[in-house]
Amino acid sequence: MDVRIENLCKNYGPQRAVDHISFEIRSGEIVGFLGPNGAGKTTTMKMLTQYLTPDAGTIWYGQSSLVDTDIRRQIGYLPEHNPLYDDMPVMDYLAFMASLQGMDVSSIPGRVKEMIKTCGLDVEKHKKIGELSKGYRQRVGLAQAIIHNPKILILDEPTTGLDPNQIVEIRELIIKLGKEKTVILSTHILPEVEATCDRILIINKGKIVADGSVHELRARSEGKQLLQLRIEGDAPEKIHSVLSSIPTIDAIKWLDPAKGVLEIQSKTGEFSNRSIFHACVANHLELLEIIPFETKLEDIFRDLTLN
Amino acid sequence: MISSIWAIAKKELHSFFDSLTAYILIIAFLGFSGFFTWISGSDIFIRKEADLAVFFGVSKWTLFFFIPAITMKMLAEEHKSGTIELLLTKAITARQIVLGKFLACWILILITLAFTLSYYVTVSQIGNIDHGATVCGYMGLLFLSAGYISIGLFASSITNNQIIAFLMALLIGIFFHFIFDMLAYGASGWIAQLLNSLSASTHFDSMSRGVLDTKDLIFFFSLSFTGLMLAEVFVTKRLK
Repeated sequence: MDVRIENLCKNYGPQRAVDHISFEIRSGEIVGFLGPNGAGKTTTMKMLTQYLTPDAGTIWYGQSSLVDTDIRRQIGYLPEHNPLYDDMPVMDYLAFMASLQGMDVSSIPGRVKEMIKTCGLDVEKHKKIGELSKGYRQRVGLAQAIIHNPKILILDEPTTGLDPNQIVEIRELIIKLGKEKTVILSTHILPEVEATCDRILIINKGKIVADGSVHELRARSEGKQLLQLRIEGDAPEKIHSVLSSIPTIDAIKWLDPAKGVLEIQSKTGEFSNRSIFHACVANHLELLEIIPFETKLEDIFRDLTLN
Repeated sequence: MISSIWAIAKKELHSFFDSLTAYILIIAFLGFSGFFTWISGSDIFIRKEADLAVFFGVSKWTLFFFIPAITMKMLAEEHKSGTIELLLTKAITARQIVLGKFLACWILILITLAFTLSYYVTVSQIGNIDHGATVCGYMGLLFLSAGYISIGLFASSITNNQIIAFLMALLIGIFFHFIFDMLAYGASGWIAQLLNSLSASTHFDSMSRGVLDTKDLIFFFSLSFTGLMLAEVFVTKRLK
């Protein structure tokens, strides 16, 4: 089920938490929702789950924009702090959540078992939720979000509190689920977005500041190709003059002249790899290393949200 | 839908019986009502009348204090722990949540009162009990409970703090329990009539004497309806 948001606004008193946000997410897409604390991620997600009422704007779920239980049945939601009933045993809790989603009573026990297997809760299934460690609580939260097989999955920081192994497992699960569902997840962990998401939305001060795949965002913020080179076979001055004669190179910076290590920046939109190679061959220089520098997602994030 | 309401009610009933809440309520209620009905100075043997008037009188007070204790956490806790977000993002409405919680509390009272049927059986063995009046009295207790549960749920819906919810329920309840009744004595004319018709005690007392009047039914129905409606309004309003 596609989700489309049009001009969504939400104010908390005088503070504008979400400011005319519009975007669309297609079925089978995993979208990462990024932004600094207080940017409006959680507020947007709460509006998507119909927990909060927008002050303005419309949310379309497929063809419908109604606030009703039939829509909510299609949504699976893992809230930010993952609230759970601590005094309930895991299995009872999952069955309760399934029944609230209007699942057929006869299909609930089977589905609960399936979820326990999928989310790796087998060892803890008879314990009360209050006795579980944070990682297992998170799994319970995820299990309740997907138990009714929703078409839209909204996960607010799904991997907080998990150990590295669990993070990998949960990511794999999300990727698997994302093939047939519309998934929106928010996170602070940038590598996570690269690992799981097809698309990134960066939100800052209630506005969307970037929207695209990791590659697109990189291309947009990179602009200039950055290469680290190691060239030997002649004096640094000679190497410098050879490189500066290449028209696509914008800047040259020596990092370690003794070892012949330097950094070059290409002009916007240009690539210099080939010309460097040919220039070195023509001038009998030994090109030992070309290391392309990728702009890190962290840098993109900082660029867009720090101002 | 009924199934969603029942899902909430079932969960709450489970948690009453999984914790000590239900057992303590039942034991304490039977203790109080049993003591006053059978042992204390004005008990059945002294009055020498085969009826449950004493029991109904005591129950009225016991329920007045006990019901806020079971309703106080109902919605306040959901708000405090954030689980209300979990509920309201499911295929269930605020109304169904409130009704489910109401049903759970009411069934718990029903179960508690069911234990006191043994008093009824005993008294009917001792003498000629007025069956109609007794049935009517039990109905009165159930209606009264419904009213107080609704007040309790409303009190629980306006705060995150269970103690505030408890005291608030008592504060609102005490008006219906005896303040309106008391004021009615001092007043006259239509004011007295109005206050009298707002007093839950008056309505319950007439039911416990075996008089089944539609006015009483309408009163308890309106009280419950208003309480539940306000609770629903506050559950949704606090989201904004």
